[in-house]
Amino acid sequence: MAFILTVSLTPLGAWPVYVLLWSIVLSAEILSGLGVGYVLRRASLALPFALAALPLVFTTPGTPWLQFPLGSWQLTLTLDGLLRFANVAVKSWLSVQAAIVLASTTEFRDLLLAMRAVRIPRLLVAMFGLMWRYLFVLVDEALRLMRARAARSGIARRPPEAARSRPGGSLAWRGKVAGGMAGNLFLRAVDRSDRIYVAMLSRGYDGEVRSFASRPVPPGARVTLAIGLALLGLLWLGGLLVWG
Amino acid sequence: MHHSIEVTELTFSYPDGHRALRGVSFSIAPGEKVALVGPNGAGKSTLLLHLNGILRGQGSIAVCGQPLSEATLGAIRSAVGMVFQDPDDQLFSLTVFDDVAFGPIYQGLPEAEVRVRVEQALTEVGMADRAARVSHHLSGGEKKRIAIATVLSMEPEILALDEPTSGLDPRARRDLIRLLGGLPMTMLVSTHDLRMVRELLPRTIILDGGLVVADGPTAELLNAPDLLQAHGLEMP
Repeated sequence: MAFILTVSLTPLGAWPVYVLLWSIVLSAEILSGLGVGYVLRRASLALPFALAALPLVFTTPGTPWLQFPLGSWQLTLTLDGLLRFANVAVKSWLSVQAAIVLASTTEFRDLLLAMRAVRIPRLLVAMFGLMWRYLFVLVDEALRLMRARAARSGIARRPPEAARSRPGGSLAWRGKVAGGMAGNLFLRAVDRSDRIYVAMLSRGYDGEVRSFASRPVPPGARVTLAIGLALLGLLWLGGLLVWG
Repeated sequence: MHHSIEVTELTFSYPDGHRALRGVSFSIAPGEKVALVGPNGAGKSTLLLHLNGILRGQGSIAVCGQPLSEATLGAIRSAVGMVFQDPDDQLFSLTVFDDVAFGPIYQGLPEAEVRVRVEQALTEVGMADRAARVSHHLSGGEKKRIAIATVLSMEPEILALDEPTSGLDPRARRDLIRLLGGLPMTMLVSTHDLRMVRELLPRTIILDGGLVVADGPTAELLNAPDLLQAHGLEMP
């Protein structure tokens, strides 16, 4: 969290700070035994989202760098815009890597406990927990639906004169089937949520989320956390002073 | 002495107008083990959901001598251990431990006591080594046992089970029957598994079309082929 915050608060163009931040993530990746390749591969999944920042290249006012016509418009690439876009891309890439390192090294249950320890509202934590539990049940259900469709998607043996029509039906029809499956899945999910709620009520649930008091954070972990935070703060301050 | 469960003239209609229960009456003595059988849609699950006040119909229900009402709801829910058909609905927490601890936590027990209860319940169903496991990765039989542990940890007087043996392979089914046979509580088991009924539950109630059509010793009812056939059942 603090890492992502530092990354997003680091001023524009503070490239050396980014390199240092990246080195922190890299060392975490190596120390945790995940391997740099693993994290990079996964991080590339999030890259398309950085494209949302692409318009910045054209809309930020500044020194024109390249101009080209697009239909009736005249698009102007500005250097400042380009810089800003590169910044957003690097920031998101670094943040995603940090998130991946966290998610792959920490069990979801410990994450929930940690959330509880830092006083994130219990209801929210309980919702995350339920989501995590039933995500897999839902995926299984979707797989079963798809298997049922695949099992009935045979191709009939037909006389040659009928062979012109394509097996598999029209695109619209297949779209309708897929839509029906999505709807079906939704209904099943709603039904299941009802049954889960009933099961919770049966065991005394009264609308309030209760759990054991969270464990105290061990002092060792506190020290590590403090050092980490101090380091990040230093980097941020440095970036702010030199490039801000 | 009071009855464990006393249901009098219970009727219930779903919001769409379907009349699921049409005047059901019976009572179950403490320690009695009763089967609830009947065709699909007879109202078995609906009836079970009335026992702990999830559904509220007309008529009266008393559990362990207490009439069911808003005031007694909490006490009755911890007296009736309800085990649902699909263990994926019952096991909603991340780990087995959290699930088994859910009931006792809501009963307001201190943490140390909750841990003891969880340990005991899991040992009783033979799953003590699974406490830290994630529910999703368990087999069907294991999930079923843990679903039962989630209510045993509340130390209920009555166990209400919906289709406990459905979807189990013969060995898992056998293990489950042995497990249920060893539990001392009053039991009401809704099921289609008549062989289990014959083995485990001395009394049978046949429900059809929202009415009790027969109520008597299992040995008698399961040897009346015409009666069974008339209500969509088969002699085991």
